[in-house]
Amino acid sequence: MAVAQKNPSDQAGPASGKSGSLPIPDFTKGQDLSAYETMLTIRRFEEKAGQMYGMGLIGGFCHLYIGQEAVVVGMQMALKDGDQVITGYRDHGHMIACGMDPKGVMAELTGRAHGYSKGKGGSMHMFSVDKGFFGGHGIVGAQVPLGTGLAFANHYRGNDNLSVTYFGDGATNQGQVYESFNMAALWKLPAIYVIENNHYAMGTSIERASSEVNLSRRGLSFNIPGEQVDGMDVRAVKAAGDNAVAWCRAGKGPYILEMLTYRYRGHSMSDPAKYRTREEVDKVRNTHDPIDMVRHRILEKKFANEDALKKIDGAVRDLINQAAEFATHDPEPDVSELYTDIYR
Amino acid sequence: MPIDVLMPALSPTMEKGNLAKWLKKEGDSVKSGDIIAEIETDKATMEVEATDEGILGKILVAAGTADVAVNTPIAVILSDGESNSDIKAAKSAPPAKAKKPEAETQTAAAPKQADKAPHAPESKVAADPDIPEGTEMVSMTMREALRDAMAEEMRADKDVFVMGEEVAEYQGAYKVTQGLLQEFGPKRVIDTPITEHGFAGLGVGAALAGLKPVVEFMTFNFAMQAMDQIINSAAKTLYMSGGQMGCSIVFRGPNGAAARVAAQHSQDYSAWYSSVPGLKVVSPSNAADAKGLLKAAIRDPNPVIFLENEILYGHSSPVPKLDDYVVPIGKAKVAREGKDVTIVTWSMGMSYAMKAADELAKEGIEAEVIDLRTLKPMDTETIIESVKKTGRAVTIEEGWQQSGVGAEIAARIMEHAFDYLDAPVARVSAKDVPMPYAANLEKLALPSVAEVVEAVKAVCYR
Repeated sequence: MAVAQKNPSDQAGPASGKSGSLPIPDFTKGQDLSAYETMLTIRRFEEKAGQMYGMGLIGGFCHLYIGQEAVVVGMQMALKDGDQVITGYRDHGHMIACGMDPKGVMAELTGRAHGYSKGKGGSMHMFSVDKGFFGGHGIVGAQVPLGTGLAFANHYRGNDNLSVTYFGDGATNQGQVYESFNMAALWKLPAIYVIENNHYAMGTSIERASSEVNLSRRGLSFNIPGEQVDGMDVRAVKAAGDNAVAWCRAGKGPYILEMLTYRYRGHSMSDPAKYRTREEVDKVRNTHDPIDMVRHRILEKKFANEDALKKIDGAVRDLINQAAEFATHDPEPDVSELYTDIYR
Repeated sequence: MPIDVLMPALSPTMEKGNLAKWLKKEGDSVKSGDIIAEIETDKATMEVEATDEGILGKILVAAGTADVAVNTPIAVILSDGESNSDIKAAKSAPPAKAKKPEAETQTAAAPKQADKAPHAPESKVAADPDIPEGTEMVSMTMREALRDAMAEEMRADKDVFVMGEEVAEYQGAYKVTQGLLQEFGPKRVIDTPITEHGFAGLGVGAALAGLKPVVEFMTFNFAMQAMDQIINSAAKTLYMSGGQMGCSIVFRGPNGAAARVAAQHSQDYSAWYSSVPGLKVVSPSNAADAKGLLKAAIRDPNPVIFLENEILYGHSSPVPKLDDYVVPIGKAKVAREGKDVTIVTWSMGMSYAMKAADELAKEGIEAEVIDLRTLKPMDTETIIESVKKTGRAVTIEEGWQQSGVGAEIAARIMEHAFDYLDAPVARVSAKDVPMPYAANLEKLALPSVAEVVEAVKAVCYR
């Protein structure tokens, strides 16, 4: 099997604009506007979550997706109904991209009765059978065998669905990831592994943690093709996603996409992020922000003018404010919920 | 409306911090993500980012102020077209927006006295199925009974499949899956690589998607590699999803001491798994229960740990010849009736118990032997009823004593039948050592019939 990699030892930075071998196809007006709105919804949601965490309304761990929005939004544009999505604990963006209601997600963050898990799961543990979102998993790397199992179920049933398993650069050093790669390739399971390489596993940079920093090569010894993608450009993500989806649906087995991305905030809310410079963050933010890039493109191509975009911005802000309002005033779960949902 | 910037909490335990410096001044325009100030706690210095767009209208807490309480307004951001005069208007407007959540937080943080944990619900378990008179009893090994249970459930439900190391072409490392590949083919009887963590997780994923995997561990010693997936993924997902998503999956294989395989291959995991909410734990001692309980386990919508025993695989016992013999999970069985002492055990422990009961009978002590069969949920009622009658109890397990199942049984007896006890509960267990290889030491490390007899006599003051 040919392995589609170029410049194998070259670790492209998030702002490099590097992508797969193919030129990036343009989005239509509808695609650009839709991507813009969803990415903005995620960003505003996360900003609000950060704010509410600061107010003590959200407890425990809270891992924000700010900066990485193009990854899940672009991938989601490549999927169809029936496909399954699973990820780790930096999961709010995935839920929103899957179409879950921001109210239910925010109410789960505040631990309230009408959160997606009745307040019993929290930020890292949310699910929606209806939307094909299989969580929300708190143990680094554990979602990879689970996502492989979702692919196994599709293969077993002989349907046309595939699973997309997201994990970070940190998780790629977990042994179970390679156990999964092996089985997925051995049995030709329809599994897309999306490595969200944001360059820091909590406070440890990828260079300090990985002997091979080109993570798209991590499937080489299992004959799983992989490619590096500019994860800040939603068009590049979608194009790479289309390619991987076609591969999987053709019955050729798993595919690895390494999304070069960046998180602007700390690992979690309580991380002061002293392991990198402010300049590094600002550089990405000012030159390669996934939302700004789409916004500029929309204006440049006259898909919409400033006023129309302001309208979208306002609508997104309203949606998030409503979610925050709901999550603030929704009651805590009834004490009787303590003992429910342990067995069925 | 002007928006208050509040003193943020950087962790759930932070109550106050110092406002070290302002990086923006009044009149500066800010957008989401801009750093406007730095705050310090005893643990860290953190940057405060603006979460709204606008103009920094007024700084309310000066740089250098110490011990600023979390949620105190520290500045005001003005939107387009607003000026500082709007701040006042907003302040006098009915309840300031930022105040509400603060009140909510306090309620959330300090639960009302009335919020005591409710009582755990009691589970009612159906009795064993009636075996119609005249039913033929067929003698078979536990190995065959387990195989038949899987085959019957696979015939009945296409979603049931078996996976594990050597389960297919090799016919099972202990031949428990013999013949399944021939009947059901490689799609449903799947040889895995040696990758316990991976295939346990893959099985859970398939179960979350609605399939019903039977995952065989060559022995439960190797399931240590898969413990995270069993506990964190299989047992907890239903709860963490608020009941939306659970998994119907059986993890099965030999557990406990085999013979002369030393410390890493001889361990009883009964206590480990049975302490976990969300798991059911079953461990049969004979062929009929093995068949009936494995069928129940495969049908159960929850994750079930099915602990078998290598030494018992070859033991034969009668199994009722019925089309669909299912034994409900959660019900203990009185395997031998007696009035003088209650012996509680399961799986391999039953061999010691029944032999000891025979010996004790010769000395005039009538032991009642309870085969737990299911360790979680534990059938406390059957144990307590027996102890109320006998007033004395001995537990037997091949696991270690500290935090063991015997300790749990003793605690339940103390809680529910303290006034009926005529002697302290005695525990016979593995010794507090890793399993030795040498034959003589291995024998000493395990429980024995003699130890059971001795323990019974001790609680009977004989």
